[in-house]
Amino acid sequence: MTRIEVNGKVHDLEVDPDTPLLWVLRDHLGLTGTKYGCGMGLCGACTVILDGAAVRACSIPLSAVSGKAVTTIEGLESRVGRVVMDAWERLEVVQCGYCQPGQVLAATALLERHSRPTDEEINTAMAGNVCRCGTYVRIRAAVHAAAKALAGA
Amino acid sequence: MSEKPIVNVSRRRFLKLGTGLTLAVYLPGVSLRAEESGPGRTVAGGPRAAGPFEPNAFVRVGADDTVTVIAKHLEMGQGSHTGLATLVAEELDAAWHQVVIEGAPADAKRYNNLLWGPVQGTGGSTAIANSFDQMRRAGATARAMLVRAAAEAWGVPAGEVTVRAGVVMHTGSGRKATFGELALAAARLEVPDAETVRLKDPKDFVFIGKHVPRKDTRPKIEGRATFTLDVRLPEMLTALVAHPPRFGATVKGFDATRARAVKGVVDVVAIPTGVAVLATDFWAARNGREALAVDWDESRAFRLGSAEILEELRRLAGRPGVVARRDGDAESALAGAARTLEASFEFPYLAHAALEPMDCVVHLRPDACEVWNGEQFQTIDQQRVAELVGLAPERVTIHMLYAGGSFGRRANPQSDFVIEAASIAKAIGGRAPVKLVWTREDDMRAGYYRPAFYHVLRAGLGADGRPLAWSHRLVGQSIMAGSPFEGGMVKDGVDQTSVEGASNLPYAIANLRVDLHSPVLGVPVQWWRSVGSTHTAFATETFLDELAHAAGQDPLQYRLALLSGRPRHRGVLELAARAAAWGDPLPAGRARGLALHESFNSYVAQVVEVTPREGGRFSVDRVVCAVDCGLVVNPDIVRAQMEGGIAYGLAAALHGAITLKDGVVEQSNFHDYPPLRLPEMPAVEVHIVESAEKPTGVGEPAVPVIAPALANALFAATGQRLRRLPLRLA
Repeated sequence: MTRIEVNGKVHDLEVDPDTPLLWVLRDHLGLTGTKYGCGMGLCGACTVILDGAAVRACSIPLSAVSGKAVTTIEGLESRVGRVVMDAWERLEVVQCGYCQPGQVLAATALLERHSRPTDEEINTAMAGNVCRCGTYVRIRAAVHAAAKALAGA
Repeated sequence: MSEKPIVNVSRRRFLKLGTGLTLAVYLPGVSLRAEESGPGRTVAGGPRAAGPFEPNAFVRVGADDTVTVIAKHLEMGQGSHTGLATLVAEELDAAWHQVVIEGAPADAKRYNNLLWGPVQGTGGSTAIANSFDQMRRAGATARAMLVRAAAEAWGVPAGEVTVRAGVVMHTGSGRKATFGELALAAARLEVPDAETVRLKDPKDFVFIGKHVPRKDTRPKIEGRATFTLDVRLPEMLTALVAHPPRFGATVKGFDATRARAVKGVVDVVAIPTGVAVLATDFWAARNGREALAVDWDESRAFRLGSAEILEELRRLAGRPGVVARRDGDAESALAGAARTLEASFEFPYLAHAALEPMDCVVHLRPDACEVWNGEQFQTIDQQRVAELVGLAPERVTIHMLYAGGSFGRRANPQSDFVIEAASIAKAIGGRAPVKLVWTREDDMRAGYYRPAFYHVLRAGLGADGRPLAWSHRLVGQSIMAGSPFEGGMVKDGVDQTSVEGASNLPYAIANLRVDLHSPVLGVPVQWWRSVGSTHTAFATETFLDELAHAAGQDPLQYRLALLSGRPRHRGVLELAARAAAWGDPLPAGRARGLALHESFNSYVAQVVEVTPREGGRFSVDRVVCAVDCGLVVNPDIVRAQMEGGIAYGLAAALHGAITLKDGVVEQSNFHDYPPLRLPEMPAVEVHIVESAEKPTGVGEPAVPVIAPALANALFAATGQRLRRLPLRLA
């Protein structure tokens, strides 16, 4: 039995503790907003927030998050998270959308740490989140827009 | 308006389907458990309108004022759903907020692609091009009926009734009604002929050409949008398949003892493409597959490596191929030219690598089959699944979900992953719904790549430096051979998709010859975003740059001089050059290059700025892109497709190569098949030519232009001519 907290809700799971968090979220908790893209921590589609940091749920076994608090896209309700999503919507970032929950969470984690990141800091923080549709121009602009909105609020 | 029919060079003969595929005839009224709404019924997240008013196959008006637009095309990121709904909303005079979008079922009779004849499917950048009139007429028909219903109810002339933002009004009497209030009455009226219904004058457009927000944004960023991978059905099993290590190998035998011992594994079955492990969830299926031992029969497996394949392509290039275009006499003109140039080009196989790997859900029952899929090729997939499971095609229901990218891959000429999923469902006798999931590795190694190509170009210049002769030989596998479209798309031995972009070279050259070899190799190939133009644009546009340089002329002026009868080519070229300040000095170390290409009846020119760095590295700093895609329905989506197309083409230009060794694909995941990442993305500036021509494609035309523009910029910066992809500086 492994106990984890996801989006503020505690779950006691009878799941093989080696199971990656990604598949626990998707197949056992029904939280399908966290996507599978590579299984090796190379694409960021499975990004979730763990202890304030953006991490790759495909590469973290359930046992490693025992007793910890995970935030997925379904539970992103922080002020920064909401502002990021609004910026994403306003700038029409999305194309196929498959990577976007991960992008939003990575951007949120970045803005929680750096309130006004530079292009360079955005590049570094978000390099692990792949978008095959190539929405990068707008991702960069939306992070800046969210930072501005947070500073002005 | 241009007299040129809106057809897609690479798809225009779809109507004449080859032998071997009989198209299904739709039987009206046969609807498979329509009342049981699955996840695919309302893919755009909106509620299914409880609507009484369905004037045609594309519009449904609910008593609650919801206007449901039925989208016949797949939404894979390109914005088709928003575009199609915009066309309906425009002529219906709906309010945008009341519009919801639903994916159409597989039904070629109602939802065929009008440019593909009797085939329903999405591709070739045709979603808006083929639907522009159809969807407008669908909206206008509904509007006419709502107006008549109001006029009859109020006892006023229909001509005095107006509609604005979802409200029907009669100014004289001050009466008003919403669509929902009129829906029941409208439903009782006779449906007017869609062909004679009046359409708006473009000057009255309120949505077309304006900013209209996408409908899928919010559900996607909140993780609520349903992709195939997200489908959950009662008792559903997840299946992973052990595929052979080489193309053409088959299963000889397997030992599933250890696999079956894995907790959660329910069954292990042989299917034509490998051995499927079925489990209660992904991770158990994955562990089961790891524990599986398969003995492969590789007696008929493909065993060549990339070096040997290239050698074969090169060998073929040494002799004349099948002629795709012949103007004048290129050989004689070359012999008599003041100066000749020759160059050869190498293009590797490319994987589509959509971020959502291929996946498909199939629920097979004795009398029906249900499919959930990011469905791009309804008619073909429906027909093939029906044949496999022994049902009539109309008994195969397909729920079209969002696709997490595709870039062509989900419209597989052999329905590969769809048939694999159906084969598993069949192998277990349909006792549970099956979700087939390919891992990234499965997806990367499954083949159906952009074919490897080898080109040889020769040109002869006159004393003034202008080209008198142009000879272009292409060598590469045919995409259409063996596909359902071979009969229509391969003419006199020339696969039109192999030579598109080369055989229609726009430059005025009196003596021009294009010929083609289409070797048969065991690597499965497929259309990849922008198809033949992925290689022809590079070869033609970098070689033309070489000619300009050899002639001592500016590449922009050199091109313009050869484009006198090509106003739309000139238009985008001049627009991009002006916006990029072509010819103005740049900061030290930075250089520009440009390229121009027509594909899918749209015209794109790009100017790239590049800065070489140490150790052969370079940064792509800025791209200025001009596009002429006719009348623009949604300018922001056009811009997004230009940005995205540039990113997709840039990924291939910088990194993309699938290579084989002894028949085994060497790449497996994003570490050895690198996608473009945020730090590599240049600033992009998009300029759209204002046009009243018919709308043409935007999903693909930006892709082919970036690599040649970049290579030309790298030449300007370093003097190195790069003729092999991906681009590597010495």
